[in-house]
Amino acid sequence: MKSEDFELISGLLKQRSGLILPKDKVYLLESRLTPIAHRRGLDSLDELVSEVRLKRKEDLLTEITEAMTTNESFFFRDNKPFDLFKDSVLPQLLESRASRKKIRIWCAAASTGQEPYSLAIILKELSAKLVGWNIEIIGTDISQKVLDKAKMGLFSQFEVQRGLPIQLLIKYFNQVGELWQISEDIRNMVSYRKYNLLDPYTLLGSFDVIFCRNVLIYFDQQTKTEVLEKMRKLLPNDGTLFLGAAETVLGITDKFKPVQGQRGLYSTADASMEVIGKLRAV
Amino acid sequence: MKSCLVVDDSKIIRKVARRILEELDFDIQEAVDGQDALDICKNSMPDVVLLDWNMPVMNGLDFLKALRKTEGGTSPVVVFCTTENDMSHISAAISAGADEYIMKPFDREIIESKFVQVGLL
Ligand SMILES: C[S@@+](CC[C@H](N)C(=O)[O-])C[C@H]1O[C@@H](n2cnc3c(N)ncnc32)[C@H](O)[C@@H]1O
Repeated sequence: MKSEDFELISGLLKQRSGLILPKDKVYLLESRLTPIAHRRGLDSLDELVSEVRLKRKEDLLTEITEAMTTNESFFFRDNKPFDLFKDSVLPQLLESRASRKKIRIWCAAASTGQEPYSLAIILKELSAKLVGWNIEIIGTDISQKVLDKAKMGLFSQFEVQRGLPIQLLIKYFNQVGELWQISEDIRNMVSYRKYNLLDPYTLLGSFDVIFCRNVLIYFDQQTKTEVLEKMRKLLPNDGTLFLGAAETVLGITDKFKPVQGQRGLYSTADASMEVIGKLRAV
Repeated sequence: MKSCLVVDDSKIIRKVARRILEELDFDIQEAVDGQDALDICKNSMPDVVLLDWNMPVMNGLDFLKALRKTEGGTSPVVVFCTTENDMSHISAAISAGADEYIMKPFDREIIESKFVQVGLL
């Protein structure tokens, strides 16, 4: 690929999704965009790039942006954040929100749904304790394709074997041919919307917990800061943030603080000692 | 080091499983069918059994039922690893006392993730 072509596409990606594509990942562009060229009846990636350069058609740019996202996800990814959610974050919220009985959770890079569905399963397992509570889980992603898959709740045999205990497969999934579909009552606990993390967060309302896992790794420092600072505005002072195992707020923003001893969990910088104490308790 | 008994009538599967599990620091023994496995267990109980379903002489489910009735046979963690991939087989295995269930084909990641779940890693 010519270097000016690489510059054009990588610039486009950075602008549209925040993705930083290093030069040594040019093979990724080739492997993911060549099929798009062929689908559109073009002979090569070069032709696709000319098309981009000349016409800048919105649907093509969207297709390219979506094709370059990495959507890997698994149920209960890394386990620990989900244990922390169940044992520290949720009990804290059940106490502090006892009069409103309403909790809102945002999975900000939901991909194919494993993360929001893991949370829904945790809540379902605790449903005896949650009678009368209204708990919303909202999953958003920049890619319509993954959201469509998430909504269907259909997973391959390979996907249901990564992170999902067999007891939960038996309890919450139905076999549909070669695939496994998560049950309707779990699906109904999550709503999905297309949302770009680079856009202003005005239409989302406020949240109590944000899962923003394994997406900041693709952004540059400035974008990370902007995203996290916008997220802070959607949280009350006792709200919490979960990041992926390779992500941190350190050196990026002082609006959040790691909760000592609880890997992946962040409180707002304005959280009271009492809240932090509760988050550290388990 | 934890011990793992790999029970499968396919030599190739035993070899693949052995390689993955040795990398995860297990001490491996192999059995070619359920009866062979039961004899080995009666002699010394492994910490974990990776268990195929369809095998000559004694199948995996019959082995599991017999194992759980044997003295000391409730302690090993039993992980099925089989091409039987429908809900009725899975439920039958779990009711008979299996701890986890892997649907073939498997890879290192699936074995690792399942072993983490049952607390072996
Ligand atoms: C690796 S997945 C993470 C899935 C899940 N959170 C997890 O940890 O398993 C990253 C997701 O971020 C999405 N993504 C990338 N850039 C985005 C953006 N600017 N706005 C919203 N979502 C984005 C991708 O489409 C992809 O589905």
